[in-house]
Formats: sequence, structure tokens, C-alpha cells
Amino acid sequence: MKIAVCVKHVPEGPSRLDPSSKRLDRSGEGALNHFDANAVEEALRLKGDSDSEVVAVSLGPQKALDSLRKALAMGADRAVLVSDEAAAGSDLVATSRLLAAALEKESADLVLFGQQASDADGAVLWAAVAERLGRPVVSQAMELALDGGSVRVKRQTEFGYDTLEAPLPAVVAVSDAINEPRYPSLKGIMGAKKKPQDVLSLAELGVDSGEAGEAGSRTTVLALGDPPARADARKIEDDGNAAEAIVDFLAEKRLV
Amino acid sequence: MLVFLESHGKELQKGSLGVLAKAASLGDADAVIAGEGANALAAEAGKFGAKKVWICEDGEVAQPLPQPRVDVLAHVVEEGAYDTVLFANSVLAADIAAGLAARLDAGLNWDLVDVELKDGELVGKRPALQDSVYADVGWDGTPRLALFRAGSFDATATGGGEPETTNVSPSYAEHSTAVKLVGQDAEESSGPSIEDADVIVAGGRGLGSPDNFTLAEELAKALGGAVGATRAVVDAGWYPYSAQIGQTGKTVSPKLYVALGISGAIQHKVGMQSSGTIVAINKDANAPIFEFSDLGVVGDVHEIVPKLTELVRARRG
Ligand SMILES: Cc1cc2nc3c(=O)[nH]c(=O)nc-3n(C[C@H](O)[C@H](O)[C@H](O)COP(=O)(O)OP(=O)(O)OC[C@H]3O[C@@H](n4cnc5c(N)ncnc54)[C@H](O)[C@@H]3O)c2cc1C
Ligand SMILES: Nc1ncnc2c1ncn2[C@@H]1O[C@H](COP(=O)(O)O)[C@@H](O)[C@H]1O
Repeated sequence: MKIAVCVKHVPEGPSRLDPSSKRLDRSGEGALNHFDANAVEEALRLKGDSDSEVVAVSLGPQKALDSLRKALAMGADRAVLVSDEAAAGSDLVATSRLLAAALEKESADLVLFGQQASDADGAVLWAAVAERLGRPVVSQAMELALDGGSVRVKRQTEFGYDTLEAPLPAVVAVSDAINEPRYPSLKGIMGAKKKPQDVLSLAELGVDSGEAGEAGSRTTVLALGDPPARADARKIEDDGNAAEAIVDFLAEKRLV
Repeated sequence: MLVFLESHGKELQKGSLGVLAKAASLGDADAVIAGEGANALAAEAGKFGAKKVWICEDGEVAQPLPQPRVDVLAHVVEEGAYDTVLFANSVLAADIAAGLAARLDAGLNWDLVDVELKDGELVGKRPALQDSVYADVGWDGTPRLALFRAGSFDATATGGGEPETTNVSPSYAEHSTAVKLVGQDAEESSGPSIEDADVIVAGGRGLGSPDNFTLAEELAKALGGAVGATRAVVDAGWYPYSAQIGQTGKTVSPKLYVALGISGAIQHKVGMQSSGTIVAINKDANAPIFEFSDLGVVGDVHEIVPKLTELVRARRG
């Protein structure tokens, strides 16, 4: 069986929006979205020592190869990156179109997503991709099991816990409570370089550039502003006296 | 404008009624209710401003699953020629909204906290980057889809009357009805309720292990408060669901909220942001929780909390 895992390369450290383009500044260092490490881990767990194939798929700049290599170092077998100047600035509609096109080529039995992209916090992309692929989708999976031709998922909602079953091929987004992602071993890191890594342009994907990037998007950022002001927030580094500082603060606020 | 009203059991969810009331304040607002007993809920929707309510009671929407509701909404949007569809965020609604966006190739702006009409154009308010920036967002073309952060609007009745109702039964795509609900357990709350506590000490994955929750418990005891938890630790089995705070857990507003080893994800924030004073201890200086803490302490909970508990005990005698 084949399992595809969608992973995003996100900026590391404090992120900022570029005031002129109103887009996320992606010029700095990036890393594998940590929520997606849970999805990679789950794929590897499902694979076990079977001959199933795990393919990591991403849409992003060339630098996103770093994150794909992390997935390979963890144990994924192959990586696919959709990368094209014309794809920059894709919103949900455009991103889902491009990822679905890449996944269509893979026709995996199971497509996994992480819980959310830490830079966008959408927690929505899987449902759009599943709709484009015409496949059943289950999100927030905290437990996942393959059972013959179907997948069984336990998940938390506002009303408690549900157990859902979906026939394969299916799309599942996992929660960050599903597992503890492994750290890549040195051997894994060395081996990752030799694993297949395909970079696809929009043309190679068979998607028109008008369907991608800002041209293919249906939402826009009109203006950026400051958040509502908050009264005197304080931040301190623990120099060994943090406990005292907290008690002083609580005393000042008459909370202790 | 069309508002998706989420029903559960025999109740319409407050968040979606809040979005309906907001929509009604901007112009004509209709609603759609899909699920068992939807007909009986239409009158309630009228009170929150719905002029017309589309109702679907098909067996396909008996379970709380998103994909058949994409078919219902796509059908209603077309029948009613709606140019705007609004949702209150929830596990169910997020997946419906994104599915509908793909189905209709429509723009979806998510995590909005407000929306207004500026020169006749719909403009959404969207906090970004851990809420450190507020963006004005718009849509290219129609329909425009919007998903609002939990708790964005109060569900205040608008004094509307009995709405017109229309029953619908769309055709369902094959993939839309493939997922089945095979089990459900609504966890009963046990132990003291955290909703009424004046002080909450909440623990997250940064505590490191289930055993370390004693750090939170001891501090809570010293402060005379209750213990809360994040979804990450609840789902990992470290602490009971009844203590979970956030979008899919409880919403609390104690006088004092102490967050130990909690990153401060939006879904956690929506459950505790109205707390009087927020103190956070996290070893990552970039943790989002610091963006909305009154006192943020960059440090290790294992170093700080035992000392803090001692000092609080000593002070309170
Ligand atoms: C639809 C949906 C609904 C959700 N509902 C909820 C909800 O109701 N409630 C909820 O909480 N979450 C919810 N979430 C999950 C949420 O997005 C986060 O994943 C979750 O809140 C993270 O929990 P955490 O802060 O415990 O863990 P993490 O995000 O892993 O954060 C742990 C933090 O601890 C810090 N840390 C580590 N070690 C130490 C140390 N020794 N000392 C100090 N700090 C340390 C780290 O720097 C980190 O910031 C939901 C998500 C989705 C998609
Ligand atoms: N550019 C991308 N390339 C591949 N996968 C992505 C991308 N963006 C988001 N994802 C996947 O979609 C999930 C949810 O993202 P979002 O809805 O943007 O919060 C992430 O956890 C990833 O699994």
C-alpha cells in the first residue's frame, strides 16, 4: 500500500508579514511544520516493516526540500515537491488545487495531513483537498488503525469522542496527540540524501499558472494593522528568581 | 447571506447563532440546518434573525459528519443564489467550510474575529501570526466563505419572527457518504468543575509527563484553585477530558490563569483568553502564549514551579 503525507515547510522562530506583499516573509530559515512530524510518524508506524511506500508531498519554495529531507530522514521513502514561482501566495483554494493535482498522480491509498500549519493555523486544508480528490475525509485523528480496506479513527470533538470508519482510499488529518515523532537517526539523515526527491513545476504538474498563486486564489489581504492594545504585559527571563517575581506580581495584583 | 447553523442533539450551537445575529445586523440573513430534528429548530433560528431557514433531515446528515453537509450547502447556495456563507468554527464546521470552498472554487477566509461592510464590500478581520497582527481580508468573486473563531459574537436574540422554511434534499456525492460513525462516547465530567474556579493552574505538554501534573496540582492547591489541561495532554491520557480548556473543551474566565508548559495555540486561547490575569511559564521565548499573557516567564517549569508553590504557601500561611 502507498501512504502519502502532506508536509509544510514553515518559517522558524518569530515570523513576520512582509508589509509590501502582505505575505508571510519566507526569506529566513525554515523547518518542517512540527504538527506534520506527527503525520510522518503515523505513516511510518502504519508502514511498520511492510513493503508499503511512504511518500512525503509538499508545496513550497525550493527550500522546502529541507523539510522533505527531514521526512526522508525520519524514514519516508520518497519526496515530491511542487515548486514554482507562479505558485507563491496561493490561498486555500489554490493550494488545495495544486496539492490535489500532485496527490492525484500518486494515487495513494491513504493521504495523511498534520493538525495545522504552525504559520497559518488553518486546520482546514485536508477537507478541501479531499473534496477535490473525491475522497472521504476524517480530521483530528488521535488514534488511527487500518482494518482491511478501511481506516478506523478515534477523534475528539466539542461533544466528546467519536469513532469513525472510512473506506480506503481516504484522507486523514492527525492530531498532535496521536504519537511522539521520532528523531531522525544519523543513518537516516545520511540515507535521506540518496532517496528520490522529485521537484515538479506547474507545467509538469499539468496545472495552468492562472490556477495557482494569487491568480488562482479567491481571497486577498487588504491591509495590516496592530492588534488591540493590551494593558502592560510583562515578560521576564528566569534568572533564578522567577518564582519570587511571579509572587510579587500576584501580590501587586492582589491575587495571592 | 447564508449562515450554517450547527445543531447537536436538539440544540443549535451558540457560536453559530452568534454568527447569525451578526449577519442579520449587516443585512438579510438566512440559515441552513441539517440534521435530525432540524425542522423543530427553525423557529429558534428566527429569533436570532433568520428570515428563511433551509432544512435538511435526510438520513445522510443524521451523523455529525462534514461531507454530506457540503452537498446540502452547495445545493442551497445555488438554489438561493447566495453570495456569502458564514460559519462558526467547530470541528464539524471547519471541514464543511473547506470542503465547500473546494467544491465551489470559492474563497474561504478563516479564523476571522469580525466582519463589516466597507463601502458595500465585505471585509473580514483576521488576527495573524499568533494574533500579533490584525489583517483586513477580502474575497475575489463569490460566493465568499467565512469561518469565524469560536466566541467571536454573542448569541443575542434579535427579536426576529417566525422564519419561512424550505425543506431540501440534495443528491449526495459518493465520497460524501462514505464515512460512518461507529462509536460515540460523550465523556461525563467528573471531579470539581473548573468553570467556576477563581484560579486555574493549567498544564500542557511542557510538564513532560503525566506524573509531573502534580506540579500543577500542588500549585493549584496552594493558590486555592483548580487544575486545567490542554487537548494535547488530555488526548495523550495525562489528564481527564473534564479538565480540558479550549475550543473542544471548556471555556473559562477565572481571575487568575497560570499556564505551565503550554504553547498557547489559538484553539487553547479561545477557551481562556477572557481570564482576568494570565501568567505563563514556558521555556520557549517565542511561544505564542506570551502574546496574551500579563506576565510571561521564559523558564523551565520544573525549576520554577516547586519554588513558586513554596512561596505561595508561605505567603498564604
Ligand atoms: C479543531 C481543533 C480543536 C482543538 N481544541 C483544543 C482545545 O480545546 N484545547 C487545547 O488546549 N487545544 C486544542 N487544540 C490543539 C491545539 O492546537 C494545540 O495543539 C494544543 O493546545 C497544544 O497543547 P500544549 O500547549 O500542551 O502542547 P505543545 O504545543 O506541545 O506545547 C508545549 C509547550 O511547552 C513548552 N515547554 C516544554 N518543556 C518545557 C519546560 N520544561 N518548561 C516550560 N515550558 C516547556 C514548549 O516550549 C511548548 O511551548 C485543538 C486543535 C484543533 C485543530
Ligand atoms: N504547502 C503545503 N504543502 C504540503 N502540505 C501542506 C501545505 N500547507 C499545509 N499542508 C498540510 O495541511 C495541514 C493543515 O494545514 P492548514 O490547513 O494550512 O493549517 C498541515 O498540517 C499539512 O499537513
